[in-house]
Amino acid sequence: MGVNSKPGSQALAPIPQGTEQDVLLKAVSDEIQDRGFVVAQLDKVVNWARTGSLWPLTFGLACCAVEMMHAGMSRYDLDRFGMVFRPSPRQSDVIIVAGTLTNKMAPAFRRVYDQMAEPRYVVSMGSCANGGGYYHYSYSVVRGCDRVVPVDIYVPGCPPTAEALLYGLLQLQKKIRRTGTLFR
Amino acid sequence: MSEALKELAEIISAKLAQEITSTEIQNGELILNARRDAVCKVLTFLRDDANCQFKLLMDVCGADYPARDERFDVVYNLLSIRYNLRVRVKVTTDEDTAVPSVTSIFSAAGWFERETWDLFGIYFDGHPDLRRIMTDYGFEGHPLRKDFPLTGYVELRYDDEQKRVVYEPVKLTQDFRSFDFLSPWEGMQGQLPGDEKAEGNA
Repeated sequence: MGVNSKPGSQALAPIPQGTEQDVLLKAVSDEIQDRGFVVAQLDKVVNWARTGSLWPLTFGLACCAVEMMHAGMSRYDLDRFGMVFRPSPRQSDVIIVAGTLTNKMAPAFRRVYDQMAEPRYVVSMGSCANGGGYYHYSYSVVRGCDRVVPVDIYVPGCPPTAEALLYGLLQLQKKIRRTGTLFR
Repeated sequence: MSEALKELAEIISAKLAQEITSTEIQNGELILNARRDAVCKVLTFLRDDANCQFKLLMDVCGADYPARDERFDVVYNLLSIRYNLRVRVKVTTDEDTAVPSVTSIFSAAGWFERETWDLFGIYFDGHPDLRRIMTDYGFEGHPLRKDFPLTGYVELRYDDEQKRVVYEPVKLTQDFRSFDFLSPWEGMQGQLPGDEKAEGNA
């Protein structure tokens, strides 16, 4: 990229290592620097942007929400990872299901999830969201929020500490970096 | 506190001899068992009488005793700020008999009675808007009744073809577990190791 436009590099054969190659590379990098370009792969840039501004939807359902708040406050400080809680599904990339998902809440939760723009991710936080947890046998609780939406990251705990949630979110970043594509 | 409650019990049962069937003091709390059709009169008296002044209705709830003839209790918990006293009024009923609504006496009773209706299926006569308040829309049954199964009758999942949440009969992927704490093989023993020391030294 950009190399072919450099005069004097018409030779098709690779230039062996040495001063000649160094001169060429320096010329190329100087030119890029002068014009203010950075060269990278597009999907990597996109993934970098996505992981660097994962905006979670404020979706606290129960006591896990308190730990989610802790993760957002100054001690663990999600802001430093570019995670800013948003009040609207239209503005968010990830939904943290923090707490017990009840039958009555499930259609509303699905609707909120459907309103989120692609690419969207789901973090299931705590035992209740993972599999019903303490309320697994209850008549009014969904036995795991993966019955309603596809889940990317499960954070175990009852409730998980703020640190655990943070770790889960960093795992989500890792997952996006590894598997994220421009189109899907 | 206990003397005050005894005194109060005497005053109330003297004034409402017809309406109150019995009074008792349990755990330092006064309980008045009232006749069902007189509940409005009793609560009005408790609210307005100069010796009572129970102006706050803290809660209305139900209780289910399936073995009894009239299986339900409806329990009214009242608070008197004036005398710093609490009192509990109980009436009995069954599935078909309505309890008079007390919404005209305490406006707070509206949602409490809805809740009691929702969870126990107790009817309240004269309630302006008796419908479910807590359980799912379209829920069937009254979950705090003793004969209601813990896991209910339906469960829910998102159907990708219909693009909506659908209800299905309950199918437990994990079997219901019963914990037998008295079994010698699992769970807690009857006496924890070390407990026998406490007996001797006490």
